[in-house]
Amino acid sequence: MSAGLGGLYQDVILDLARHPHAKGLEDGAASSSHQVNPTCGDEVTLQLHVEGGRIDRIRWEGDGCAISQSSASILADLAPGLSGPELQERIDAFRVAMRSKGRIEPDEELLGDAVVLGGVSRYTARVKCAMLAWVAAEDALRKL
Amino acid sequence: MRPQAAAAALSDDEVLGLRADFPILADERLVYLDSGATSQKPFAVLDAERAYLEHENAAVHRGAHSLAAEATERFEDARATVAAFVGAEEEELVWTENATAALNTVAYGIGNASAGRGGPEADRFRLRAGDELVVTELEHHANLIPWQELAARTGATLRFIPVDDAGALDLAEAARIIGPATRLVAFSHVSNVLGGMSPVDDLVALAQGVGALTVLDACQSVPHLPVDVQALGVDFAAFSGHKMLGPTGIGALYGRRELLDALPPFLTGGSMITTVTMERAEYLPAPQRFEAGTQPVAQAIGLAAAARYLDAIGMARIAAHEAELGARLAEGVAAIDGVRLLGPAPGEPRVGLASFAVDGVHAHDVGQFLDDRGIAVRVGHHCAQPLHRRLGITASTRASTAVYTTRQEVDLLLDGLRDAVTFFGVRS
Repeated sequence: MSAGLGGLYQDVILDLARHPHAKGLEDGAASSSHQVNPTCGDEVTLQLHVEGGRIDRIRWEGDGCAISQSSASILADLAPGLSGPELQERIDAFRVAMRSKGRIEPDEELLGDAVVLGGVSRYTARVKCAMLAWVAAEDALRKL
Repeated sequence: MRPQAAAAALSDDEVLGLRADFPILADERLVYLDSGATSQKPFAVLDAERAYLEHENAAVHRGAHSLAAEATERFEDARATVAAFVGAEEEELVWTENATAALNTVAYGIGNASAGRGGPEADRFRLRAGDELVVTELEHHANLIPWQELAARTGATLRFIPVDDAGALDLAEAARIIGPATRLVAFSHVSNVLGGMSPVDDLVALAQGVGALTVLDACQSVPHLPVDVQALGVDFAAFSGHKMLGPTGIGALYGRRELLDALPPFLTGGSMITTVTMERAEYLPAPQRFEAGTQPVAQAIGLAAAARYLDAIGMARIAAHEAELGARLAEGVAAIDGVRLLGPAPGEPRVGLASFAVDGVHAHDVGQFLDDRGIAVRVGHHCAQPLHRRLGITASTRASTAVYTTRQEVDLLLDGLRDAVTFFGVRS
């Protein structure tokens, strides 16, 4: 295995792909969004559960590659307690890092465990996989 | 008709010799197993396009100067070459942008006939409410969606022949579905996902028994098998250039002459007319009536060079070579724990193509792992979502070969696949 592949598939990603967080939809969501990656058929349905004007939790359901599935788990770990604008700020920052072709590492203070997805940005074909849940969250935020 | 008898496969030395004709294969790190998506191009094709553009380029079928006449001759020679390659007459071969455009040419032609265009000779194509179009569950989207749209526009009903768990067409069900209301049966010659061959004779007999038209998607057969469209007895067939060592931007529609001359055109405009007034136009006979606008001339000439290249090796030998590779792929994939081979079981007929699903690992991840070793495969639904759904998966990984593929490349794929299973922890 080359360093490149290890940089993409960090252990955290492989573990999350096997043991996802916050997977399974729940009643009472404030908003939700279904997103599909048409090139590979990956899909995710993501719910925002809101309490007192802040994200209480994200729940999601989906099927796809290790990148898209682990990314959904990481986002779900990151979101609780954030306001809508704070979540949007993180989505924007993640998108910038993902589109940077490896030039911009995700900001750990802002994005937490999402830094492990930093290697994805060097694989342009996989950026959509990493972004799928984040695009769903952005769409769900817009509908709030 | 071309020889269908068993031919000798290509020796390793022969394949290595051929590889020298393909500049992209000079990169020894590349293990290209995505020829089902698009094939690599030999110098013969690249040189033919370049020579035309350098020495003979002019507008075809218009203009009186010598260069235009020469270009037109080359363009029509290319048509004759490619037509002969698939057992058709020159007038029966329409240039299209690709196979998708070829299939849409038939679907929209029938749609235009159904809207009353084309005069009395187009009556045979007219669809009415209650008529049925029949496809199969394994079709590429290009041979499904045009018929969905045609049904929606005309009030016809679209039905499909189901596949079994191995992806084989259920012929008993086909015999029940194809009936007096059936007007058209569209099906693939070779599945782009499964690599199995459709029972063309049975389906043509069923369709002809009820007077229905047949449309063959030959994209995955023409590059890999000896194909004679007249011997197959289909009414229409579509294939693309870029999958058979030719350029992109060129494909072909075969149609029986009497049908092509009666089918209303799809795209209209310049070059496909006889007389035009401000109110109406008369159309040329086939094939020109389907070739509106400036044509992909260099691409057609490149495609003819590809057909000559394949013909010089011999399609029967190419088929034998790729059948060996397909058998090696199928046996190797089926022997790996945690990997499900799709389509025909090992030992059953298949072309040099195999798709598979790794338990618990998405095809994208398998493809990424293989790409890290320079092995190029296709991942996803391969434009056949309904088939994947029927097989209980959303995506698969496909390895597909061509005349230049070696046994060693198949073995590298199998090694890579075994290691991918371990890497993603399927066995843990």
